[in-house]
Amino acid sequence: MHFRHILSALGRHRIAVCLLVLEIAFSCAVVCNALFLIGTRLERMHRPTGVDEPHLVQVDVHSVTPGTAEALMAQTRTDLATLRALPGVTGVAIVNQTLFGDSIGFSGVSLSDDPKAPSIPVTQYMGSAQLAGVLGLKLAAGRWFRPDEFIGYEQLRNGATGVPVIITRAMAGHFFPGQSAVGKTIHAFGTNRVVGVVDRLVQPRDYGPAEYYGYAMLFPVEMPYPGGTYLVRVKDPAQRQAVIQGALRALKADGPLRLVSPKYATTLEAERGKYYRNDRAMAWLLAGVCLLLLVVTAVGIVGLTSFWVAQRRRQIGIRRAVGATRGDILRYFQAENFLLATFGIALGMLLAYGLNLLLMLHYELGRLPAYYFPVGAAVLWGLGQLAVLGPALRASRVPPVVATRSA
Amino acid sequence: MFGYYLDLALRSLRRHMVLGVLMMLAIALGIGASVTMLAVLHNLSGNPLPGRSDVLFHPQVDPRPEDLPGAKDEPPDDLAYVDAVNLYRLGIAPRRAVMSGNWLPVRKDAPDSPLAMYTDRATTADFFAMFGVPFLYGSAWSAQDDAGHAQVVVLSRAMNQQLFGGGDSVGKTLVIATKTFRVAGVIDDWNPQPHFYDLNDGAFGKAEQMYLPFFTWLDLPQDYGYGPMDCWGNDPNAGAHDPKAKQCTWAQFWVQLDTPAQVADYRAALVQYSTQQHQLGRFQRAPNVRLRGLLDWLDHKHVIPVTVRMQTWIAFSVLLICLVNTVGLMVAKFLRKAGEIGVRRALGASRRDVFAQCLVEAGVVGVAGGLLGLPLAWLGLWMVRQQPVNFAASAHLDPSMLGVALALAVLSALGAGLWPAWRASRVAPALQVKSL
Repeated sequence: MHFRHILSALGRHRIAVCLLVLEIAFSCAVVCNALFLIGTRLERMHRPTGVDEPHLVQVDVHSVTPGTAEALMAQTRTDLATLRALPGVTGVAIVNQTLFGDSIGFSGVSLSDDPKAPSIPVTQYMGSAQLAGVLGLKLAAGRWFRPDEFIGYEQLRNGATGVPVIITRAMAGHFFPGQSAVGKTIHAFGTNRVVGVVDRLVQPRDYGPAEYYGYAMLFPVEMPYPGGTYLVRVKDPAQRQAVIQGALRALKADGPLRLVSPKYATTLEAERGKYYRNDRAMAWLLAGVCLLLLVVTAVGIVGLTSFWVAQRRRQIGIRRAVGATRGDILRYFQAENFLLATFGIALGMLLAYGLNLLLMLHYELGRLPAYYFPVGAAVLWGLGQLAVLGPALRASRVPPVVATRSA
Repeated sequence: MFGYYLDLALRSLRRHMVLGVLMMLAIALGIGASVTMLAVLHNLSGNPLPGRSDVLFHPQVDPRPEDLPGAKDEPPDDLAYVDAVNLYRLGIAPRRAVMSGNWLPVRKDAPDSPLAMYTDRATTADFFAMFGVPFLYGSAWSAQDDAGHAQVVVLSRAMNQQLFGGGDSVGKTLVIATKTFRVAGVIDDWNPQPHFYDLNDGAFGKAEQMYLPFFTWLDLPQDYGYGPMDCWGNDPNAGAHDPKAKQCTWAQFWVQLDTPAQVADYRAALVQYSTQQHQLGRFQRAPNVRLRGLLDWLDHKHVIPVTVRMQTWIAFSVLLICLVNTVGLMVAKFLRKAGEIGVRRALGASRRDVFAQCLVEAGVVGVAGGLLGLPLAWLGLWMVRQQPVNFAASAHLDPSMLGVALALAVLSALGAGLWPAWRASRVAPALQVKSL
């Protein structure tokens, strides 16, 4: 196949060629960036939390009247024992905030007690003794809390200081780069000594810069039930609904007037689904737009190629009459489309890069990774070949006898 | 002449059905996508209280310490309890309301009635008149109720339906956080979007289910907080349960100011108040006040979600690609009838006539594409409403958007047809006629 001939033939339709190239280029640019946006959403949805999600259910109990701190703590301990005794339950803890939950608590953390020292907000998990085991956290260095280190929330409110803390590996890397964090001191609730480092634990919801997502602290603080959520670890994920029902029944059966409702009991997996539903919707929307664009581009290719085929009927007939096979004609149009797509893709890459720069400027997006370019190119080449097939087949069926008729 | 061109256009479109349909489809898709996003944007950036937005203002003062790390010049959005109460008592604005919200356990005033959580807005009497809240039954509570910490409540229509089965329930009682409240009024559906008076939980979403007097609400024995609090200083826990903590801001405050003179006076009063607090030693910073009008406030808070802006850009790139596509198809279409154009020119039509004829044909394609695009936009908005985002419920196509959609379709089709029509008008008649 001689591309030179194709080029000279295309030269006679410069404008239509330019339009087709332009259309392919625009599609390429938008599709590359849309695929990239879908990729970033998917990546976001699959970030690990460090928590053993499939085995966890959570139950919120709403108080109706606040009692004394002692009465609330006593009720909380009773509840914990009740839940632990349920069949299929391997562990229970109460925690001030849950993953993907609405509430999120922060403390400004710094390395000195000077109020002007630079600090960053770090989220804090306050949980009862079994929390680390229930969440399925993995210790990277140091130790877990000792039983005698746990205090009530009331004591912390009244200014208890010197509470030990366990931090995540990411947070340790921020405050103590290149050294072991165990035994060091941070300033969050007064002065807190780091006794352990866990592999990974994340913020309940995204807050602040992306790298802060993996910064979290654990405190050995027991929450009263109105300020916390019961986390229940089940033996078998298939039993989660049964455990929820059992927990609601057990909690309703005893204790003072309070609100125990299936509305506030759920699996962590369901919470995850709810938290990421915007991202999922956006990814589907972008996928729909990509599809729409590809369809429109294909329509354009079909339209213009059909026009060219109709216009060149006589020339095709002449070529057939002087010996070109049907395959030759078919391949001619396919090669022509390949050439056009290549020009379009080349221009499209530049546009894609420019569009990405624009998005980076306005929407805090990352740089478009290089591997999206060949993906976009392959998609448009494939689309072009698919779209041209119909008109090209029609062209190949032009009988040689056309050449003998006057136009 | 126009009628004749219209007839020619329709004939030509009928002759080359496939090209015509492809062009219409391209325009319809582009219009559908862009009008969908325009409608969403239009709804989101709409005025939540048309007619009242000009006289509503959002005062801010700055109680933060001098050397707060990372603090911006902009004062906090909300007020600390002390400032909220002081400004509420200032009383120089014709109307004012202090407010916040949370959710509370509620049950009917009958033994063993089931408990449920309901969202509330705790505010003061002027709230209803100031924001033009429509009442179905009864009325707002009075300023005396505010001062006397009266246990009265205004219900939303939906909550009245759930608890009392609808109907006039003024005077009935219910139990909120263990205290007995009397129903003072029931309001009709009212949910201004954006939720301008309190943007802390997002700018779009559901309305509160009940309204309580602010000071009564503060007295309630409850542990559901007082709305999102922003605290500073070394004692991060100080605000967790004490709404009256000096270092925590959480209360929203709105005033109605009817004339520019009142606005100027109120601004001066805010500065004077800040100076006074500065002299008393409570405010460390020099007077730093804001008094934005409602629309300025929404503008300042950038309430339109970033994803919506991005989707709008995407929708318009779809339109652009569809138009490039249409230009290509139109070139093909007009050149195909070069012979016809040659005959018309040879019979005395001027280039202008041919140009006009082609443009009319482009316009017909635009109108058809627009008409086809409207159901697509309607479908697109239906899809937006299925999205699980909280602004989705407000996505609707209003009559003005219908006009915009058709105008956009015709304009883009004419724009796309301009150059193909010009090319068609350049066809040399002699050459075409010869080859016939």
